[in-house]
Amino acid sequence: MPHDHHDHDHLSPSGHPYREDNDAPLSYWQTMEIAIRELMVEKGEFTNAEVNAQIDAMDARAPANGAQVVARAWAEPDFHAALMKDAAQATREMGFDIGPMNLVAVENTRDVHNIVVCTLCSCYPRNLLGLPPDWYKTRAYRSRTVKEPRSVLAEFGVTLPETTTVRVHDSTADMRYIVLPARPEGTQGWDQAQLAALVTRDSMIGTGLPKEPE
Amino acid sequence: MGGEAAGPVPHDQHDFALWEKRVDALMILGSARGHFTVDGLRRALEDMGAQAFEDMTYYERWVAAVNENLIEAGVYSLEELGAKMEEVKARGDTYGEAQNV
Repeated sequence: MPHDHHDHDHLSPSGHPYREDNDAPLSYWQTMEIAIRELMVEKGEFTNAEVNAQIDAMDARAPANGAQVVARAWAEPDFHAALMKDAAQATREMGFDIGPMNLVAVENTRDVHNIVVCTLCSCYPRNLLGLPPDWYKTRAYRSRTVKEPRSVLAEFGVTLPETTTVRVHDSTADMRYIVLPARPEGTQGWDQAQLAALVTRDSMIGTGLPKEPE
Repeated sequence: MGGEAAGPVPHDQHDFALWEKRVDALMILGSARGHFTVDGLRRALEDMGAQAFEDMTYYERWVAAVNENLIEAGVYSLEELGAKMEEVKARGDTYGEAQNV
């Protein structure tokens, strides 16, 4: 029995709604994507299986990776030290390889709040957070974060005391940043899985704070 | 663009379409094959001019930059691309129809 969709004009013969992405009129740039991919496969540059594997790997990366790193840094002083010294190496050892790029962990404290941007385009610690959210790539975020970080933070619901120093980190193609948020109060004795559940994507970009324990 | 005035940060989020994920994969695999670096992509993006950043979406700019770099590297020619795009278009009017022979 097909799913109970109400608007039957938009169902495929299988009873599922068409994916909007694939039934809109073919655009010039989509045509180019298909053409490039097929030319590359025909010329033996790579296979369709490699393209699919790359997409699967991309889909598997998620902020949960970063949350695991943050929770471990909160719980294990040795790992915290290793992460602050060389975050690329420390996260690689956890299986989150950033490749040849540098990764710098910047730590939030009571006095300092860090926020990450890429004014050029969209550089982002994909090994820990997956693909960047759309707002990270917008003109507004990229333009304003370096100029008026406090008002950008306020839009994200983060209002900091005037005494807190705000540090803005501008990513580049080979230098990425991850924010190590401050460990929430009231989490003494928590295990790493419990801690990781408090770590949000935005808290690792600096546009948010970790969840408070309930 | 960093430091220029701009409006509120938009919070709309869309799931990445299949074709966008494929552009991302083309970028990574083409780079892994040694045909371009991230700097080469960057240069192509900047050569597009400011208007492209108003008129084109993020992955539209990326596919254009990947294409430019692959042609410059001699992986395929402009003629080959043109012929292939015509072939793709002839398959159907939607991405779903055109993506497979």
